[in-house]
Amino acid sequence: MFSLKEYITPSSLEEAYELLNKNKNNVILGGLLWLKMGNKNYNMGIDLSKLGLDTIIETEPQIEVGCMTTLRQIETSSVLNTCFDGIVSASVKNIVGVQFRNCATVGGSVYSRFGFSDLLTALLALDCYVHMHKGGIIPLEKFIKMPYEKDILIKIIIKKDGSRASYKSCRMTATDFPILAVALSRCNSSWKIAVGARPNKAALAAKASKLLPENPTKEDIASACETVTSELHFGTNLRGSAEYRKELAKVLVKRGVEEICR
Amino acid sequence: MKVVSQSIDKLDAMALVTGKPVYTNDIAPQNCLIVKVLRSPHAYAKILSIKTDTALKVPGIACILTYKDVPNKRFTMAGQSYPEPSPYDRLILDQYVRYVGDPVAIVAGDSEKAVQKALKLIKAEYEVFKPILDPEEAIDNNTVIHTEEDYHVNFDIGNDVKRNICCSGGFESGNVDEAFEKCDVIVDEVYHTKANNQAMMETFITYTHMDYNGRLNIVSSTQIPFHVRRIAARALDIPKAKVRVIKPRIGGGFGAKQTVVSELFPAIVTLKTGKPAKMIFDRYETFAASTSRHEMKIRAKVGSDKDGNIKAIHITTLSNTGAYGEHGPTTVGLSGHKTMPLYNKAGAFKFEFQVVYTNTMSAGAFRGYGATQGAFALESAINELAAKLNMDPTILRQKNLLEEGEVLTAYHGETLRSCTLNSCINKGKELIKWDEKYPYKRISDHKVRAVGTAITMQGSGIAGIDIASVQIRLNDDGYYTLLVGATDMGTGCDTILGQMAAECLECDMDKIVVNGVDTDQSPYDTGSYASSTTYVTGMSVIKACKKLRDQMLTEASKILKVEKDTLEFDGQKIYNEEKSITLDKLAQELVVGDGNYLMASASHSSPYSPPPFMAGFVEIELDTETGQITVIDYFGIVDCGTPINPKLARIQVEGGIAQGIGMALCEDITYTELGKMKNNSFMQYKIPSRRDVGNIKVAFESSYEPTGPFGAKSIGEVVINTPPPAVAHAVYNAAGVNIRSLPITSEKILKGIMAKR
Amino acid sequence: MQIKCYINNRLFNEVIEPDMLLIDFLRHTGFTSVKRGCDTANCGLCTVWVNEKTVLSCSVLAASVNGKHITTLEGVEDEAIAFGKFVADEGAEQCGYCSPGFIMSVLSMKRELNDPTEEEIKHYLSGNLCRCTGYMGQLRAIKKFLQQGKDGA
Repeated sequence: MFSLKEYITPSSLEEAYELLNKNKNNVILGGLLWLKMGNKNYNMGIDLSKLGLDTIIETEPQIEVGCMTTLRQIETSSVLNTCFDGIVSASVKNIVGVQFRNCATVGGSVYSRFGFSDLLTALLALDCYVHMHKGGIIPLEKFIKMPYEKDILIKIIIKKDGSRASYKSCRMTATDFPILAVALSRCNSSWKIAVGARPNKAALAAKASKLLPENPTKEDIASACETVTSELHFGTNLRGSAEYRKELAKVLVKRGVEEICR
Repeated sequence: MKVVSQSIDKLDAMALVTGKPVYTNDIAPQNCLIVKVLRSPHAYAKILSIKTDTALKVPGIACILTYKDVPNKRFTMAGQSYPEPSPYDRLILDQYVRYVGDPVAIVAGDSEKAVQKALKLIKAEYEVFKPILDPEEAIDNNTVIHTEEDYHVNFDIGNDVKRNICCSGGFESGNVDEAFEKCDVIVDEVYHTKANNQAMMETFITYTHMDYNGRLNIVSSTQIPFHVRRIAARALDIPKAKVRVIKPRIGGGFGAKQTVVSELFPAIVTLKTGKPAKMIFDRYETFAASTSRHEMKIRAKVGSDKDGNIKAIHITTLSNTGAYGEHGPTTVGLSGHKTMPLYNKAGAFKFEFQVVYTNTMSAGAFRGYGATQGAFALESAINELAAKLNMDPTILRQKNLLEEGEVLTAYHGETLRSCTLNSCINKGKELIKWDEKYPYKRISDHKVRAVGTAITMQGSGIAGIDIASVQIRLNDDGYYTLLVGATDMGTGCDTILGQMAAECLECDMDKIVVNGVDTDQSPYDTGSYASSTTYVTGMSVIKACKKLRDQMLTEASKILKVEKDTLEFDGQKIYNEEKSITLDKLAQELVVGDGNYLMASASHSSPYSPPPFMAGFVEIELDTETGQITVIDYFGIVDCGTPINPKLARIQVEGGIAQGIGMALCEDITYTELGKMKNNSFMQYKIPSRRDVGNIKVAFESSYEPTGPFGAKSIGEVVINTPPPAVAHAVYNAAGVNIRSLPITSEKILKGIMAKR
Repeated sequence: MQIKCYINNRLFNEVIEPDMLLIDFLRHTGFTSVKRGCDTANCGLCTVWVNEKTVLSCSVLAASVNGKHITTLEGVEDEAIAFGKFVADEGAEQCGYCSPGFIMSVLSMKRELNDPTEEEIKHYLSGNLCRCTGYMGQLRAIKKFLQQGKDGA
């Protein structure tokens, strides 16, 4: 059982950041879904809900999603349902249920960088950045590999680069974690393939992505699929073996590419 | 019939849908001590020392109990009639811990926080032994799981505890070896079913307190109040007369609550402290420290001539009872005795079994109780036989099916008095459009739709053992109180029993008050398990009502001063051609002056356990590139005799099929190499959501069971058995792959498909 | 710490621990329709509304509802009865333990979705587990309930 000595809703990001770094047991509260399952004794829980960070804002060059935006907002956002063939919205639709997604926040999901994250996989295939209070704007691909620092994720930024995109996952039951998640995008002639739930954190298959021309042939696709399984590491857990995940990766990548080219 | 066979609303329906406080934790007093248990981190160990002094200093801690503080009287937690077939291999707390989760210490305190803190401060030292986790390695292992000298079995169950054998035995009728020699086609395969969690929504919850008579009151979410009374008295070493058990509304059981799981911990705290105490199992404990379905490895050998006449069936079952023997000796029998009789024409049957101890969580009761495991094995084997014979499996089955009037040699020699299984199969084929869809249809380059089928039987109560008593009283306003000892766990049995009483007494349901279980008030009933309530308790309702009617006529004849024989009762009044008295008036007169308050009670036990039947038909869509399957439609066609309440019967079928689909597709308790349960939560152990079960459709082909109330048999359990073999069959029809180990995951399917490429 | 919030439109002014969960706060305050079914935010039994949105009360700090409106099944009893009759008519309440959370989700769905398809209903309610019914009776009840709303309008 987790415990919390103090709960506070700061009125500015500066204040929140200061509080966060005052004590090593101070923590930013996201949707609480994960935090409350742990056994940690926290000193102070910092709730950012008074800072107006729960919005999805579309501007000419980009879409900005505040850290306190819920997964349900993402799911129902007309912008995110339209841009990038709707993959950002699609990626969260199978996560447990509506009341769960009404609690879970984008900041919590992205900051935590969980291996099974559907959202992280989808975002990774796009031109996406995180805006950290101290660390500034960091490409998501880099952020995923960074250590967990005591910083505040303010928002994520997705560049509207006109990418076509596709999101695919396989699950044991409809609302379970994915056995494997794959997101792809094509911007002009450049492809990105992101594979999540391997079961490690989502990662880009850079070599495989490069093997795909704008309109790939069957052979191009097949060789990209093979490369995905050789360049990324796949592991075994309750939901599937590394071998099975590799097979799924090939199939889902192939289907994603075909969908985008259709 | 006016009330029976009607879809009456459950009596408690509106209280439940408006969230009224009716469950154990809703009615527990605020001042209960909070009870929690320190659990073993080791799969097998001896406790060398436990230090509790620091923990006891936590403010608010009322008591901490270790194995030194509990009565040294072994018992079984299995809720079964005395003498229980399950071995006495438990103590409330034992110096030896035999699975990860076995209780080490009981802590009680004012608040959850205090108790949690104290739990962390208890220091136990263990001598750790090498555990047995694989049931196939259990027998004659160097590790012996039960070494205690006071281990006890009540009668011969083929127990050899020093070899880790909880129970063993067998049965043969005809000469199987000879019969197989004459067979043209034989299927001989091993099928593996896994431990599953019952996963009822309400976890195990109990509160206890001492009443003004100095008696221990146990209020608990249980299917077996009377067994709890007996087991608690033994385990706590107090007289049964000092124990009272009350069952409020229950948030589901499915067999999990046929075992004494949570009751003894708060009970001993209340005995030691004199204070009310409450124990709520969290979901982790509910998964990892209760009982599961028995994992079984079943070898099924079936032989037929080339025309598909089945000649011999041989079933060999290895059952894993885990660390303790709860329900071990009894579940295993169903894997043979409630599967083979379906093919009664075979003539030669053999059944051999062993039930072994391992250092995993104890297995126990779960809907289907061994028949489910056996059905996966034998029905899969029958489907494989059909494939070998190149015969439609529905036709193979119908060729060999048991029929009314036959003596079922593999089912304890019982005569089959009611059975419409043949019609169930016909109906199912028609509903799913079998002849059009069997075996498969290709939808696209990687999508195939296919159908599959299985049939099954269960029992209705335990013949000669289950006993149910009810009492019915005529109250002063001409309404009745029906006291039952059967435990409604959400199934609606209070309503169903009330319907039977209303039918017998020719009144509306609002004239019948049904009172749930309080062992001080309710007449004895073994409890609600083994599909017994409708069939066994139902008959005692009929008997009691008959007696009450007779008493009413007697009293009316005295008041009216006419011969009793001339009187009739129509539900409203008692009358003959000349005189008449209304029920209200009669009831009123009986509670004044020298009246005679009327109550009738009756007990019933049946020498038979008539089997209900079901045919299951599934249509799936298979993605041949990922191995993923989607259930499209599931048809369950059931012969439960007369459905007493058709809508509640239908929900039983739908719910049972959904649980069976979970067992077929995703439910699988697994352990680490050190014996720790990996999936002890709904996050890791997936039960089907409403997006996973497809469309479940139900039809009834009702027979009439002459030994049952209004022709009824049971329905609660038979409905869970068909999905695993039916889905496996559909996968075979879609991809040519036989999956013989549950659950049927996409990974196993794809592996099979790739091996064939 | 002190919080002020409305539960079913009644003002509550309570002193709580900072780490108290909303489910425990509600049950402690007497709203025992709210049930705990798991520890991992998977079952949906504890579903209530905070400012008209369904949340898992097991995963919300009581402290965070300061100033907000919470609705439990007790607060929508008329609607619970109206829908509950359809559920009872199917026998689909069964053990009833998942009913409060389930009904809170159904009533929220009715507000949020206009004329949902069967698939949309299943999606919207997939976070509410039920082990008794196999979900079909619940689905029949929902469809009749929504149909009645349409007929009435």
